[in-house]
Amino acid sequence: MEINQMEDNSALFMQGNEALAEAALRAGMQAYFGYPITPQSEVMEYLSAHAKTHKAVVLQAESELAAINMVYGAAGAGARVMISSSSPGISLMQEGISYMVSAEIPCLIVNVQRGGPGLGTIQPSQADYFQATKGGGHGDYRLFVLAPSSVQEMADLVFEGFRLADKYRNPVMILADGALGQMMEKVKMPAAGSLPYSEKPWATVGKPSTRERNILTSLHIVPERMEEINLRLQDKYRKMHQDVRCEQIGVDDAEILLVAFGLSARICQKAIELAKEKGINVGLLRPITLFPFPTDAIAKIVPRVEAVLTVEMNAGQMVEDVKLAVNGKRPVYFKGRMGGMIPTPDDILLEIETIAEKSRIAQV
Amino acid sequence: MEVVYEKPGTLTTTPFHYCPGCGHGVVHRLLMEVVQEMNIIDKTVGVAPVGCSVFAYNYMDIDMQEAAHGRASAVATGIKRVLPDRYVFSYQGDGDLAAIGTGETIHTVNRGENILMIFINNAIYGMTGGQMAPTTLLGQVTSTTPFGRESSHVGFPLKITDLVAQLPGAYYVTRQAVHTAAAVRKTKKAIEASFRYQTLKKGTCFIEIVSNCPSGWKMTPVEANAWMEKNMFPVYPLGDLKIPKG
Repeated sequence: MEINQMEDNSALFMQGNEALAEAALRAGMQAYFGYPITPQSEVMEYLSAHAKTHKAVVLQAESELAAINMVYGAAGAGARVMISSSSPGISLMQEGISYMVSAEIPCLIVNVQRGGPGLGTIQPSQADYFQATKGGGHGDYRLFVLAPSSVQEMADLVFEGFRLADKYRNPVMILADGALGQMMEKVKMPAAGSLPYSEKPWATVGKPSTRERNILTSLHIVPERMEEINLRLQDKYRKMHQDVRCEQIGVDDAEILLVAFGLSARICQKAIELAKEKGINVGLLRPITLFPFPTDAIAKIVPRVEAVLTVEMNAGQMVEDVKLAVNGKRPVYFKGRMGGMIPTPDDILLEIETIAEKSRIAQV
Repeated sequence: MEVVYEKPGTLTTTPFHYCPGCGHGVVHRLLMEVVQEMNIIDKTVGVAPVGCSVFAYNYMDIDMQEAAHGRASAVATGIKRVLPDRYVFSYQGDGDLAAIGTGETIHTVNRGENILMIFINNAIYGMTGGQMAPTTLLGQVTSTTPFGRESSHVGFPLKITDLVAQLPGAYYVTRQAVHTAAAVRKTKKAIEASFRYQTLKKGTCFIEIVSNCPSGWKMTPVEANAWMEKNMFPVYPLGDLKIPKG
């Protein structure tokens, strides 16, 4: 039986990449362009097999460069468009993403991260946090960045991503990793057709006599005009903070606050259980939006805890944003693994114990 | 008084920024004449490149997208795939289409995208100040080949239109010019045919227009056209390279 013919409330057992692809079809995605790369090739494979019943365009491009520019064209023509890749492929797309941000063309970009730099590994990583949240390509811009931490969220955040892209007329990125893409979990699929299409009067569809021509461009030779556009874009990024999201677990009586996103947050939850057995109360704040970053939510918890520990699968990237949120009021520690290696709950527990020891000595 | 010649309504009132003698203005006008005469303004979407014609959308009074350097045909592919009943064209120069965008050019035609690709070949990078293009002739002096293009160093003039004509996805491939009234009429016919062919959905239409660059070549417009006839046409001979069967 086709998955889309199943009852919408039935739970499925699906791989992360496939759940994301199925969710995209249910979210009314009209076109997908991509280029194969591990560990996310299942997205295009799944879509190639299932898109026809949804009347969606799925096209394998000759390169990531071509693919992202096909997204530019199709999304600029008003379609709901998604593209997915993994770290090296996302690097190749940065020029096109920068152009789309400037021309204010909404789309959904999925990065199922692998270890780097360079060709790197095919194992999971969170090494592209800076690239995703600080701009990525040239120019002074931001993407709205969503970080799933389960197969369920691989599906749910597709809907959220398309919605936010249209709301802000800005590309949205789902920043996943190879483990989330490859692992299988129970997932309840959102209902097909539940995400309405928004009006796109700016789209280039052919100029009727009733309006001026629509032009999508990122070229503004007059610097006064270019600055004006930059100011408008920056204002938009500030407005995005109204959609900031995070999950908080056990933060009320925590002596140490963990901050982690995606897969790292899943591992932290296990470490928190282990810490509790040792008599240390640890809370978790999991940013779901990496940009906008839940700065205020962290700042509110900080006075109640002794220390903050950030756990990431990189050399320490989000920890910089955490430090800005903590603003020197408490010590901020970092634990990370790189290059496709994943921290274990025991690794994190060891950090927690060391920090607890330090803060208890400080109290004495 | 009888009007025998007027600006098509599909061109805006913005004066062309092109240098005197440049072929871009003529090709822009021909495209817009065809769009107006076929009455398809509301069904046409154009894609502008990076290069001298980067501001094509300032002159063409139709919906347009500005593409990154080399990517116009990929952008046009995206538009056509989601709006298959629209007329879609890309407009690119030699650096854009035959250097940085070679991959997109070959694969767009190889997929037989039902679009029209306009390729202006003036054998030089005009906008950035006259550097060597992939189509620069052997021995031709440019700002980056100050002693003339040497094949041992930077290879040969790339006849990309000949390559494109070999691809099964190509439906109509022709090489034209706009330096004489007769040439202009032929080019317009090629553009008209290409727009009509889009409705057949049988593959890509590709029109190379061998053109000039008086500023980049450091010649008067008259000298430039004479130089083009003498030097460019033997390497890039005008005429059809692939015509629809039947």
